[in-house]
Amino acid sequence: MSPVNVGRPTRPLDSVDASVPAPRARGLQQEEPLIFDRGGWGKSGVDFETGGEDLSAPDLAGLERAGPVELPGLSEPEALRHYVRLSQKNHAIDLALYPLGSCTMKHNPRLGEKMARLPGFIDIHPLQPQSTVQGALEVMDTLAHWLKTLTGLPAVALSPKAGAQGELCGLLAIRGAHEARGDARSTVLVPTSAHGTNPASAAQAGYQLREIAQTADGRVDLTDLAARLGPDVAAVMVTNPNTCGLFERDVVEIARLTHEAGAYFYCDGANFNAIVGRVRPADLGVDAMHINLHKTFSTPHGGGGPGAGPVVLSAALAPYAPTPWLVHDEAGLRLEEHSRGEAAASQGRICAFHGQMGMYVRALSYMFSHGSDGLRQVAEDAVLNANYIKARLSGVMSAAFPDGPCMHEALFDDAWLEGTEVTTLDFAKAMIDEGFHPMTMYFPLVVHGAMLIEPTETESRRELDRFCDALLRLAAAVRAGDVERFRQAPVHAPLRRLDETLAARRPRLRWTAPAA
Amino acid sequence: MRFTKDHEWVDLVGDIATIGITAYAAEQLGDVVFVELPEAGRALKAGDAMAVVESVKAASDVYAPISGEVTAVNGELGDNPQTVNDQPEQSGWFVQVKVADAHDVDALMDRAAYESFLATL
Amino acid sequence: MRYQPLMPADRAQMLAVIGVDHVDDLFVDVPPVARLAGPVDLPAHASELAVERALGRMAGRNRVAGSGPFFCGAGAYRHHVPASVDHLIQRSEFLTSYTPYQPEIAQGTLQVLFEFQTQVAALLGLPVANASMYDGSTACAEAVLMAARVTRRRKTVLSGGLHPHYGATTHTLAHSAGIEVHRLAAAVDAEAAVIAAIDADTACVVVQTPNVFGSVTDVTAIAEAAHAAGALLVVVTTEAVSLGLLKSPGEMGADIAVAEGQSIGNGLNFGGPYVGLFACTEKLLRQAPGRLCGETVDAEGRRGFVLTLSTREQHIRRDKATSNICTNSGLCALAFSIHMSLLGGAGLATLARLNHARARRTRDALAAIPGVEILTPRFFNEFAVRLPRPAAEVVEALARWDVLAGVPFSRLDPAAGLDDLLLVCATETTTAEDIEALTEALSAEIAA
Repeated sequence: MSPVNVGRPTRPLDSVDASVPAPRARGLQQEEPLIFDRGGWGKSGVDFETGGEDLSAPDLAGLERAGPVELPGLSEPEALRHYVRLSQKNHAIDLALYPLGSCTMKHNPRLGEKMARLPGFIDIHPLQPQSTVQGALEVMDTLAHWLKTLTGLPAVALSPKAGAQGELCGLLAIRGAHEARGDARSTVLVPTSAHGTNPASAAQAGYQLREIAQTADGRVDLTDLAARLGPDVAAVMVTNPNTCGLFERDVVEIARLTHEAGAYFYCDGANFNAIVGRVRPADLGVDAMHINLHKTFSTPHGGGGPGAGPVVLSAALAPYAPTPWLVHDEAGLRLEEHSRGEAAASQGRICAFHGQMGMYVRALSYMFSHGSDGLRQVAEDAVLNANYIKARLSGVMSAAFPDGPCMHEALFDDAWLEGTEVTTLDFAKAMIDEGFHPMTMYFPLVVHGAMLIEPTETESRRELDRFCDALLRLAAAVRAGDVERFRQAPVHAPLRRLDETLAARRPRLRWTAPAA
Repeated sequence: MRFTKDHEWVDLVGDIATIGITAYAAEQLGDVVFVELPEAGRALKAGDAMAVVESVKAASDVYAPISGEVTAVNGELGDNPQTVNDQPEQSGWFVQVKVADAHDVDALMDRAAYESFLATL
Repeated sequence: MRYQPLMPADRAQMLAVIGVDHVDDLFVDVPPVARLAGPVDLPAHASELAVERALGRMAGRNRVAGSGPFFCGAGAYRHHVPASVDHLIQRSEFLTSYTPYQPEIAQGTLQVLFEFQTQVAALLGLPVANASMYDGSTACAEAVLMAARVTRRRKTVLSGGLHPHYGATTHTLAHSAGIEVHRLAAAVDAEAAVIAAIDADTACVVVQTPNVFGSVTDVTAIAEAAHAAGALLVVVTTEAVSLGLLKSPGEMGADIAVAEGQSIGNGLNFGGPYVGLFACTEKLLRQAPGRLCGETVDAEGRRGFVLTLSTREQHIRRDKATSNICTNSGLCALAFSIHMSLLGGAGLATLARLNHARARRTRDALAAIPGVEILTPRFFNEFAVRLPRPAAEVVEALARWDVLAGVPFSRLDPAAGLDDLLLVCATETTTAEDIEALTEALSAEIAA
């Protein structure tokens, strides 16, 4: 039941309840309780225009709930304080470098935010008559044109809600193509270094999974691939540039072997930002590739989404793209929302409505801003920045693949920590005390104690140097044997290390009222 | 008590085998946070995935070392998964199985053989 | 280029540190056949002003919902969102942060997720809620996949009142995973028809309330029938505001409840991004998809929050994960949670009653038009009407009066034979003038 605060105060007004620990504030860092701890039961921070309506007697044949949902309310000033205080406990790209390898945390242009909030985009309904949303369809059509031109592939399905859905959608198109020629297949091949969504999507698409071995220099082992290809293999799923931050040198051969076996070549395009404008995946033999708009085209990550994962498709796979399809006809642009007509062979819907329109506008704003020249520069600077970090740190930290350039991310292993009693985790947590977000740790799984650093193209040289200097100072502290500093880290963050074991053993996933 | 290369132990009394994971396995997993056990009555074939043991960052399948029918599962692990870390080879047992063929158990490693096997890892 | 901090001199110096002459030397691993010599055939970079003009022109070609009478619903709803919501979600620390994998420097996002899960659990009336799904339709599909895992059965039955996009999405995503999906024929007010289709291989039945035709249903008896057969009940809600007035899915016996959360805190956005709400019973927790945020303590014993039970997820369990979902709908969940915190339970109740009242007023006005028949007996804020002509035609005609009259059912399901059926929705944003404009235009169009 809601603890409703009514009646007289229960203790003298000038006393402090000693049983409650004093909230800790560190300068501008305020401790902030849960909204449920603050009271506000029965309160609302929203006023309504109820003029003339009788709100007392719903016409619902007894299906109305007994009372309001038991949730507290906040006035606007309370809400602002609550969320602003909470926001200050977060790291953000706008604060400092966010070197999460494979996540692509780059600057998010605010123009995209402004454009997505134009009433003509944010305040239109997905099922308005299509004659009244021709501008929205033009956004989709233009975005499709840019994605097709940048990848060299002839078709694109825009609707996948995120990269993982793009993977699934691409695999379902592959399934459709095989089944249409009476050649149903059971298996998808994925390198051991693949991101977890690849095997999970393959399983969700109803395929069995087989892993492909990796060579000592961090690429797909062609001999192993050739041995595993066969009439049961539907697709080979390879990330390129791969999760070790390396370009698959033999990618054309991978595609050739795949096609020779009657399978399709699916490319995980999570790292497209490293090659956009310089390489078209179609020229590598790719049949399908999803593009994380929230990575390459910098729509904000928002603390875990929303993203968008359009998937480009070859001519052979295009007939099996999900609905809706965008088609040109005499009246202008039209969405074919059902599996009929030109979309008769479609795999069907993978979500309601038409996908992530708000993300399309932001991505298109980013594309227009950069243009073909700026996008090429994106790839070059992303790769340059990563190689610069690799060069500066390699003297002290051990690069996992020291020979040759990396692409947009620099991968280190923990060989350089051997014998120091400092782990990758400790080292990464110590970065927090230096004002940086840790790099991606323990991924890819094929590199021991992996540290994957992706600076992106939106970091200045000064910021890259500041970051490298901080890591080199930390590395010097490791060598000096200052193990405690690393074990204890972070000490300057809003909280110390959290007990994840406790969280998992006794899951508390929502607030519950304290026992009376 | 007998052992497998997948780091399970089997303790046969009569035709009932008690099965758990070894101290080495528990140590490698780190803090165990959850154990998913089969339902009693399930028929197991040697090599079947019969349970899942989870730490914070990893989930591992536990394979049936022998064939037989599950007669009991250790319900205590639901409330106290840390028992697997604290007493892996005693009260941290997973299941009891009525073995199909007791000779299967004899074929597993004895402690000395298991310890030599561990030394090779 | 305004987003690129490196100057030519920086690049030259950095190349020297790396020990190569030219940036091309960093792309040597690209096969020569695939190296593009110059920019692709697309326009060059553009100023902010130029981009604003180009996109502003496209935005200007759309009829804005708020610019005139507007009665579209069917899974996406126009509500007023307080100004502070959009201000707060644009704070850098929320907008430009990543999934909170490093809890020491992500307590802001994590505490919001914990509050969000608590709010969603209270609204849906179930003890466990996750940190969001992409949207209501994919949450529905995930619920079906989860029911199949839990029951180890391979069949699901979808009611004829389930939003057709949800049915289609569930069919695509569940069918490929080997689940047999039975969709009952479209029916305005017959959620209980799923009972007759339950058999020993049924993993779950999926019903919607209020359903796509607006009908509100007590699903208690459906829950009992499903449970008696060892199946689960999945309840779908596309209009989250209705939860402020109606009995919750959990209260009526749902095992899994999913909802589209767009109505609270999020704009129409032409269909996305939205936010899927997902809740279930305690017993089913370990089979739930998506991220979960849990309470714990830090090394000094202070309360904090972390992502937990992640061994269910793709980055650990890979091909055995409960779902392939990775990125979800964090910022939309934040908007939902802020708006919900502003409303409170009391405000949500008022908002819901206001929606219900405006919809009844709209119904009464339309019922008075000769030739218009109201089909939905009990509804929250939307209902179906039968018109004497194909609804799609009427809607197009009314758009020329600048009235967006609703959604023709044929747009959602052209094969249902319900071409004369129009779905009409009213919310707190609907005014008396809007209702009058709709009534006037519809009367004239029908009479013509």
